Amino acid sequence: MGSTLFEKIWNQHRVYQSDDGQSLLYVDLHLVHEVTSPQAFEGLRMAGRSMRRLDLTFATMDHNIPTDNPFVVHDPIAKRQIDALTDNCREFRVPLADLSSAEQGIVHVIGPELGLTLPGKTIVCGDSHTATHGAFGALAFGVGTSEVEHVLATQCLWQSKPKTLQVQLNGKLAPGVAAKDVILGLIAAHGIRFGTGYVIEYTGSAIPFLSMEERMTICNMSIEAGARAGLIAPDGITFAYLKGRAHAPKGVEWEKCLDDWKKLKTDVDASYDKTVVMDVSLLSPQLTWGTNPGMGGSVEGVVPHPSEYADEAQRFAVSEALQYMGLTPGTKFTDISVQHVFIGSCTNGRIEDLRVAATVVKNRKVAPGVRALVVPGSKGVKRQAEAEGLDEVFLQAGFEWREPGCSMCLGMNPDIVPPGQRCAATSNRNFEGRQGRGARTHLLSPAMAAAAAIAGHFVDIRQWELEQTGGVAHGTIGPA
Amino acid sequence: MEPLVRHKGKVACLNRVNVDTDQIIPKQFLKRIEKSGYDPFLFYDWRYLENGEINEQFELNQGEVQGASILVAGDNFGCGSSREHAVWALRDYGFRILLAPSFADIFYNNCFKNGVLPIRLNSDSWSKLAPYFKGEERWMTVDLERQEVEICEGMVLSFEIDPHRKQMLVEGLDDIGLTMRYQQYIEIYEKEQMAPYQRVYD
Ligand code: SF4
Repeated sequence: MGSTLFEKIWNQHRVYQSDDGQSLLYVDLHLVHEVTSPQAFEGLRMAGRSMRRLDLTFATMDHNIPTDNPFVVHDPIAKRQIDALTDNCREFRVPLADLSSAEQGIVHVIGPELGLTLPGKTIVCGDSHTATHGAFGALAFGVGTSEVEHVLATQCLWQSKPKTLQVQLNGKLAPGVAAKDVILGLIAAHGIRFGTGYVIEYTGSAIPFLSMEERMTICNMSIEAGARAGLIAPDGITFAYLKGRAHAPKGVEWEKCLDDWKKLKTDVDASYDKTVVMDVSLLSPQLTWGTNPGMGGSVEGVVPHPSEYADEAQRFAVSEALQYMGLTPGTKFTDISVQHVFIGSCTNGRIEDLRVAATVVKNRKVAPGVRALVVPGSKGVKRQAEAEGLDEVFLQAGFEWREPGCSMCLGMNPDIVPPGQRCAATSNRNFEGRQGRGARTHLLSPAMAAAAAIAGHFVDIRQWELEQTGGVAHGTIGPA
Repeated sequence: MEPLVRHKGKVACLNRVNVDTDQIIPKQFLKRIEKSGYDPFLFYDWRYLENGEINEQFELNQGEVQGASILVAGDNFGCGSSREHAVWALRDYGFRILLAPSFADIFYNNCFKNGVLPIRLNSDSWSKLAPYFKGEERWMTVDLERQEVEICEGMVLSFEIDPHRKQMLVEGLDDIGLTMRYQQYIEIYEKEQMAPYQRVYD
């Protein structure tokens, strides 16, 4: 019997298999950021240990840096974490994209952008959205601080083998429907736990139509379905994206790697532990109304009533969520007004996301009373967007154009939503308090978020006439 | 980590039950970025008065227990939140051995990751012990190899510990230390098994 893509990567990276079923896995790329690394470096220092592979480690700062002026950090705790990363990287000689670096950005945006993320690699980071890198056919997952230390010291991790889940995405997305709608629709349909204990592989006839950016959006939110990792087999689109990137192999090496990468797909006679199928051509734009990513639905719908749910616990959870969100059952989604709009994050802060959003806001104005923010995912994305004049489009419409970082995705920096206010966000989590205490978050695609900023309430983007600003075609290559 | 085979040290006694991790280290000290230097915060609200002065009443502030490395504590020690900081604070303060009738689960596990030995004593021996350590400077010897605590001459108690954890302490291994034993496999892997794309390119 053949192997799945996941099994191929897993087997290739197994350094040792112990009797109790644990595998010692080799880590090809360890991404480090300021929040989850200080105690790990300190642990090394205390034990007098050195780092095993400096060349397989790369650090950046993203989570708590201010996006107005990154160099002025008012929060003393954030400042200490940023300074600690700088000092640790200097002491241990870890390559660091710091605030003055042209490569700095959200860890999951810069990995692919710099060509550090490559097919077939194992990639870890002290951050749960590491699954993003799976879009390249890499096995990528988040780890805790003690595991960060373990990888720094040994370049390995003990893991027990997860099960495999195939998510088959068939059909072609309708105009106005985005990759974000695929993953939100999937989680709304199957719940936030259907991937628990599994590594997802996204397959199906929809994949060849998806750009790398779109694939990253989908893999990014695998964790919201409970899976630690999500994978897509690399293909021509993957290779075209990677070719020529700063850290990607070149020349003969590139050809050698390409030969390997082409074998990275699930064999026809391999089997998955579980399969879920979705016809993406039937999808409408999605948005969440509740306090977890599974509490969402199609934009043409209404806020549900708790009594629609069969199960008592669910009824309770829904009524709690609606209370927190300040929503009345039966309200049309398109009648809900927003005060904040956030376009950014490792889910939707890439160049294509900004292009699509710019198409929506071009020659339009942000509604009065709405504060709208565009936070590019990296310096590279920002440069590219500015080269295309997207910053001007946003600024003229009344958006704020910020410096790269995680920003309002988790509100660890000063970008937060005040209590009771509503935010249309392109990020990945709508938990209570995620964007600030009492903040009400609705997750949606960049086009839908941009439209909400203009209208002042949610709208069905399919009903808007859009001017093309160019370069929005599927499969576009991002910044080099 | 420093191996722990046989340890002779001064004893301090905290005769209280259900000491939770919030008491061991209050939450305002969790935002630090370090993994060491937690000793000033250990039992912060007990050690210091509200005005910041030393609380003369507190057990660990008594003259005869200064420099203690062994703590005798009450039932269910280390309950509450999972913060590893609690163990870091005890370790940084100088404690290597903890004796109590019982410990909270996560706390118990966290001890071994940081080279601290928690010894479970049955409540009978504990009630005999506690008064003994009051008011006078006392020492005891812990022999991990033989799984024995020598309280004073002629008074020896034995204790249970699972072999895997015992080995970790005796050899001074933490999780990373254990993995280091597989170093030869890692080296072979790096030399022979890595595919081209696993390398780094500049
Ligand atoms: S953008 Fe949000 S989800 Fe992504 S790494 Fe930053 S905080 Fe985490």
